[in-house]
Amino acid sequence: MCKLFFHFYAGAMIRIPMSRFQGLMKLKPLMALPALSILGACNAVVLHPSGDVAVQQRDLLVISVILMLLIVLPVIVLTLVVAFRYREKNTERTYEPEWDHSTKLELVVWSAPLLIIICLGAITWQGTHTLDPYRPISRLDAMRKVEPTAKPLTVEVVALDWKWLFIYPEYGIATVNQLAAPVDRPIQFKITASSVMNSFYIPALAGQIYAMPGMETKLNGVINKPGVYDGFSANYSGAGFSGMRFKFLGLNNQQFDQWVSMVKSKSATLDATSYVELAKPSENLPAMGFGSVQNGLYYRALNLCVEPGQPCIANQMAKDRMTAGETMPHAGMHQTDQQAAKTNALAIHRPITGAGLIPPYMKPKSADADAKSDRRDRMPL
Amino acid sequence: MTTPSLYPAVDSPIFGRLSLAALPIHEPILVGTFIGVSIGAVAVLFAITYFKAWGMLWRDWITSVDHKKIGVMYIILGLVMFLRGFADALMMRSQQAISFGSDQGYLPAHHYDQVFTAHGVIMIFFAAMPFVTGLMNYAVPLQIGARDVSFPFLNNFSFWMTAAGAILTMISLFVGEYAKTGWLAYPPLSGLAYSPGVGVDYWIWGLQIAGVGTLLSGVNLVVTIVKMRAPGMRMMKLPVFTWTALCTNILIVAAFPVLTAILAMLSLDRYLGFHFFTNTMGGNPMMYVNLIWIWGHPEVYILILPLFGVFSEVVPTFSGKRLFGYTSMVYATVVITILSYLVWLHHFFTMGSGASVNSFFGITTMIISIPTGVKLFNWLFTMYKGRIRFELPMMWTVAFMVTFTIGGMSGVMLAVPPADFVLHNSLFLIAHFHNVIIGGVVFGTFAGINYWWPKAFGFKLDRKWGVRSFWFWVVGFYFAFMPLYVLGLMGVTRRMRHFDDQSLQIWFVIAAFGAVLIACGIACMLIQFAVSIMNREKLKDTTGDPWNARTLEWSTSSPPPEYNFAFTPIVHDNDAWWDMKYRGYERPAGGFRPIHMPKNTGAGAILGGISLVFGFAMVWHIWWLAAVGFVALIATAIGHTFNYNRDFNIPAEEVERTEEARTKALAAQG
Repeated sequence: MCKLFFHFYAGAMIRIPMSRFQGLMKLKPLMALPALSILGACNAVVLHPSGDVAVQQRDLLVISVILMLLIVLPVIVLTLVVAFRYREKNTERTYEPEWDHSTKLELVVWSAPLLIIICLGAITWQGTHTLDPYRPISRLDAMRKVEPTAKPLTVEVVALDWKWLFIYPEYGIATVNQLAAPVDRPIQFKITASSVMNSFYIPALAGQIYAMPGMETKLNGVINKPGVYDGFSANYSGAGFSGMRFKFLGLNNQQFDQWVSMVKSKSATLDATSYVELAKPSENLPAMGFGSVQNGLYYRALNLCVEPGQPCIANQMAKDRMTAGETMPHAGMHQTDQQAAKTNALAIHRPITGAGLIPPYMKPKSADADAKSDRRDRMPL
Repeated sequence: MTTPSLYPAVDSPIFGRLSLAALPIHEPILVGTFIGVSIGAVAVLFAITYFKAWGMLWRDWITSVDHKKIGVMYIILGLVMFLRGFADALMMRSQQAISFGSDQGYLPAHHYDQVFTAHGVIMIFFAAMPFVTGLMNYAVPLQIGARDVSFPFLNNFSFWMTAAGAILTMISLFVGEYAKTGWLAYPPLSGLAYSPGVGVDYWIWGLQIAGVGTLLSGVNLVVTIVKMRAPGMRMMKLPVFTWTALCTNILIVAAFPVLTAILAMLSLDRYLGFHFFTNTMGGNPMMYVNLIWIWGHPEVYILILPLFGVFSEVVPTFSGKRLFGYTSMVYATVVITILSYLVWLHHFFTMGSGASVNSFFGITTMIISIPTGVKLFNWLFTMYKGRIRFELPMMWTVAFMVTFTIGGMSGVMLAVPPADFVLHNSLFLIAHFHNVIIGGVVFGTFAGINYWWPKAFGFKLDRKWGVRSFWFWVVGFYFAFMPLYVLGLMGVTRRMRHFDDQSLQIWFVIAAFGAVLIACGIACMLIQFAVSIMNREKLKDTTGDPWNARTLEWSTSSPPPEYNFAFTPIVHDNDAWWDMKYRGYERPAGGFRPIHMPKNTGAGAILGGISLVFGFAMVWHIWWLAAVGFVALIATAIGHTFNYNRDFNIPAEEVERTEEARTKALAAQG
């Protein structure tokens, strides 16, 4: 569509008999600028994404622009027209130096933007809730709903200095700087970071969400078209930030299975030792694969306790609570690795709601830690 | 990675972690800059000595408590720092224009990261803030018919604290390094674990010292506006610029303590091993992000509101018409002031807040566009049925109205949380806030400088060079920032040093071209100042009211006498001076009385200087010097309270002489 428009514009540019506008000839390169920006818009991934969530986000963007143009265009045009018409030299125009109030006009200038903001506000409220990144997606695209039985692909993402680690708990594999997902299967990302703040962003798939140490954020999405897409960190994180990019592969089911077995065939294992090694600052790393992943590694990455001897922050918090009067096993004991692993195994389903705000419908139903709410949930109605 | 360490292995008891290694002699760009700056500095020092201007400089400027001179000094500080910030911008634009594929550009990461951090910090804190404070300092007391601000010494002290912060930030260019964290220094990156060097400490102490100045000048101006208005000037008769200044300073007083607190907490983390914002031990980096934006969002309104005020003065003056909808304008300003506290979370929709929280802050953000839109309409209707003279301030205003509207629109786009998810931190965001800050704050400052220059110096600015500067700036702005909107939509994020995708390059080249046009605009402006000063006799204005303006500052001479008004004016109308002019106001020719004035003092400059030493010592862990500095600071402040020789009277005869000279000048004018 936009390519067509570009051809039309470029064609028109050529066909205009420029000889008739000698003076304008000088401006010809300038007149190519709009053409160039249209061309740019054709490449603009934000305006032409390949995942349904990003498509809906794009739609909101476009709707908000159209709504605002209703008032912005008149303001810009009026400014220029009024400035030109009432210039000093144009003495034919009326001049009313004392005119400084009109209740009608004031009513219009307050209510016109107000009405637009009411519309936009309603759309915002609606859109923000349906497109909440924590909410599992309910549709694959405008035409197809997600099957109730469909199980989303879970990917655990860890932002390291300066590369991305992706763990696939379902398949027991992990990759660095390469992410793959089957087309039209919902994907759920659980995201954290090892050191500083990053932002996990694949423009073609869905909007971004921060990756923050000691906290977990979530992102849901789906990719609708096969292809190779760019992913990167959208929050500056230090010297190697520019190279903190990865490729996101949208694959059909068969290709995805092949991809999984390809990674599985790698001999490298992602365990505490290799994680600690990997987490050391490095730049522009090529894609890597790990054929197997140590159990509970993501939990330890999230709780900043992969390195031996580091207390997990979730346990630390529990300990702090306990010293504040609550009771808990292992009181006051130094945690050995095994003990930590034991506690971790218990707490493994309990998300650290670092950014905090996991919406109620996402609250875990079965985790031991939420026993209280569980009991309430299980009560007969 | 390969850069040699800037710091000795063990801190020395005398020099802390300062050693010769801290001097960037291995960086040709910095060495070149240093040589250039040194030659410039030597030339300036030589010129001052040659013209025997040291005494004049000390007596008439550095120690001055006159709000007009302090206002001018703020603007000069702002202009100097603006040039530094712009040099950083040129470096970023050129790096991004060439750093594609195998070409890594000419700035290594550790340098580039300092450049974009310094650019942001300097432009906001040491260019835009001094511009805004300078304009308010200069014009507000004159507009309300006051002799000075409420606390003249405090005003001088505030200026020198701001200047000390700026100097400390500049020192980081040649001694050590600056922060590599981005202008808001989010932890954990700015914490000791990931930024062990002096960069973040320079950032902390530069802002902490300057912040004291900003806060105190805010207190000063609030009190001035509330307590020192001329008789008859009720709140709803305040000039709109003064109204916006009042709201701005209320925002400063309420917001800057938050910044002080965050900086103090980050200092405790970095200096004493606290865990406010660390990853472990219960620290919470998100708390920092919340707090810094609770200061940071009001801050952007602190910057823009006074310029809304400038436009509200410029439009009626040059349209020869009363301001349309004065009451609306005032309420719009107040609404913006209040709402600016309710939107901070829109800076981090993408940090995982729930949908309801995000929508709340998205919608409050959109609501701000309503009073802002009202202001635009009011300026528009002020122009409507007017007789618009396109003098330079008015040209800047029209450019503002068009440019700011576009920036406002992209701002509301970013306020829709799902849209923000795809545009957050992208170059679209960069384009947006430059669109409102350049289109609003910078254009407004230039309108203000062109508008009040004849008041401050008694002659107009040269029009020809002003027009050239205007067109270079406006066209340059669009060339520099429209490509960034496109790049943002292409999914390009900010603060990138290098790109793989060659197809992006053309846009960065266009943006760099725009930056060059802006550089021409800045050059034209400097030439404009120089040419105007050389032709000051030709451009002279003896009326004191060269624009046929409306507010009280134009009722006195240009430049005003140090006491501003021989008699305090009595106000009957919003446009007090316009009202006086058209009711046949006669200047009083006799009955002058001695005028009680505050005396100049060097205490402010000395305290600023000691703060600078203290800050430098803290940055470099030179503990003994920091202790000495701190004690000296307290001792000087206490010592100053024992200075009872603080005021004097201008004798009635001298007032009479000054006023008579003006009467004669006016008569000669005809």
